[in-house]
Amino acid sequence: MLNIVVCIKQVPMVTELPWDERTGTLRRDLASGMMNPACKHALEAALQIKEKFGANVAALTMGPPAAEEILREALAMGTNRGILISDKRLAGSDTYATSLILAAAIKKECPRCDLILCGAYTSDSETAQVGPQLAEELNLPAAAYAENMEINGRTLRVRRLVDNFRETLEMEFPALVTVSMEKYLPRYTTLAGLENAFVGGNISIYDADDLGISDKATERQCSRTHVRKVYLRKAQKENVVLTGTAAAVVNEFLNKYENKISAAIGKTIEEKKPGNE
Amino acid sequence: MNKKQKSIWVFGDYRNYFQNRVTLQLISKAVDLARLISAEVCAVVFGHEIEEWIMEYTAHGADRILAIDHPSLKSYSTENYLTLIEKLAREKDPEIILIGATDFGREFAPRLAKRLNTGLSADCVGLDITQEGLLVQIAPSFGGNMLAEIVTEKYRPQMATVHPGTFKEIPHNYERKAIVERLPLMDKLPQPRIRLIEYERAVAKEHTIENATVIVCGGRGLGNKNNFKKLDELAKLLGGDVGATRPVVYAGWADHKALVGQAGKHIKPQILFSFGISGAIQHTAGLGEAQFIIAVNKNPPATMMKMADVAIVADASDVLNTLIKELKKRIRE
Repeated sequence: MLNIVVCIKQVPMVTELPWDERTGTLRRDLASGMMNPACKHALEAALQIKEKFGANVAALTMGPPAAEEILREALAMGTNRGILISDKRLAGSDTYATSLILAAAIKKECPRCDLILCGAYTSDSETAQVGPQLAEELNLPAAAYAENMEINGRTLRVRRLVDNFRETLEMEFPALVTVSMEKYLPRYTTLAGLENAFVGGNISIYDADDLGISDKATERQCSRTHVRKVYLRKAQKENVVLTGTAAAVVNEFLNKYENKISAAIGKTIEEKKPGNE
Repeated sequence: MNKKQKSIWVFGDYRNYFQNRVTLQLISKAVDLARLISAEVCAVVFGHEIEEWIMEYTAHGADRILAIDHPSLKSYSTENYLTLIEKLAREKDPEIILIGATDFGREFAPRLAKRLNTGLSADCVGLDITQEGLLVQIAPSFGGNMLAEIVTEKYRPQMATVHPGTFKEIPHNYERKAIVERLPLMDKLPQPRIRLIEYERAVAKEHTIENATVIVCGGRGLGNKNNFKKLDELAKLLGGDVGATRPVVYAGWADHKALVGQAGKHIKPQILFSFGISGAIQHTAGLGEAQFIIAVNKNPPATMMKMADVAIVADASDVLNTLIKELKKRIRE
């Protein structure tokens, strides 16, 4: 039976963005979280493989204690177990440190794992770097943006679209794949499933000491990059306000911006001459 | 002894037109940065029959080209390219490596950074040099709503992938000269673990709402499902796609596939029409890259109206119907 690890992440709902002004990082402890949408696609891919070939699927995450919620959600979707790495000393890790920490957890908990799946990117920092860096850390062959996976014995075949080329790649297990947002639409989690996952469920929680990385993985020593400043993107919009009846504003809008709209749609919009109704 | 000449490397990504352009844009920015830290600009290119790229990189501003031309490098291979550039970087110790944030670059650069034990920032939309000579990497987050200034203080090279279109390429000058180092393929290239089975240019870029040029989005302000459905007609006239906010998807006016925002699609149209949308951040988180926004809403202080290029204060449904009627009269194919 295959052993699959799916790396998932809790991301903040963007209704509130509590930045720590001092460190320039997000106060994840203050934000209410949800499972990163792309991670759900990776989970779905794992569960489809489980249904077809039989597999043990573990969901792995790093985050504050509250990140246990997304492991419960993953259990409700159908994963066999959840692993949470939670340690204040690991907060603010960049992708270099994060991939090192996740690799340590995988080596400890799933040393014989065949396939590691990650989402394509996270909705918060959007680096898409942890998957490839985790593959490097574990010295595995890897493919990003997978739209389809087929398994034949120990061989994994991945189809993907990269830079407008369709590619079919093959590699032997163990391997790492990041899953495209285009395919593997996540299944619906039933309330009953969620309830069961919150009552029981196999979840392990570890800190840096448990993983044997407390000396090298804590933030300022391990992270290669540091955030100096975070700010809202400046609006540089003219913000023209049009008021009046629907007929008047549509007319004014089209006369003023027909060039812009024409260029975008590739068709000419004629200007209305006064009185040619 | 003289201090070693600092070098800014740009990775030569050239597989399609778009990838080639971002390489030229990065060479241009590297020329600016190089002046500030007294460095040379070095383009690194691997492949087979790559004279065209050597010529282009020279014409667009590179001072030096490191080229490895070999039949075994004919098709793109992340693994082979990693082996080659890692070896070169260890030998020559560049100060900065810039890589286009193409699909290839975003898979390649993270592994390279890890191998070189250094930092990497993703999809940067700006680069600068601090007074101390550090590379400032300006990277977007939260759907482009926030920008972070990132530095790699203690490790070298400083690495960034850069969003295509961020910088303007220098016009070509085919009289320019560069030092071209044609390097041999290393003796023992490890056997790749990934086999390329099939490879073809995608016929046409698959149309999705994420790459649509025109998008018409609707929210609860349209009043009801019938009014919302009129968006289809406008989208058809403009050759665009229909997007929706979360309340509208929950109300069953639109399919989940049309959901634009944090939990849905991130869009980057040239033109975005927004009808009856207040602009909750769950929605606007997906709009970071919309270029020109027209918002229609009865309520002028709505967030969506504030962030629009053109804010039309009127009933969303009335304007939608009138706009469809007018466009039908005025559009010439």
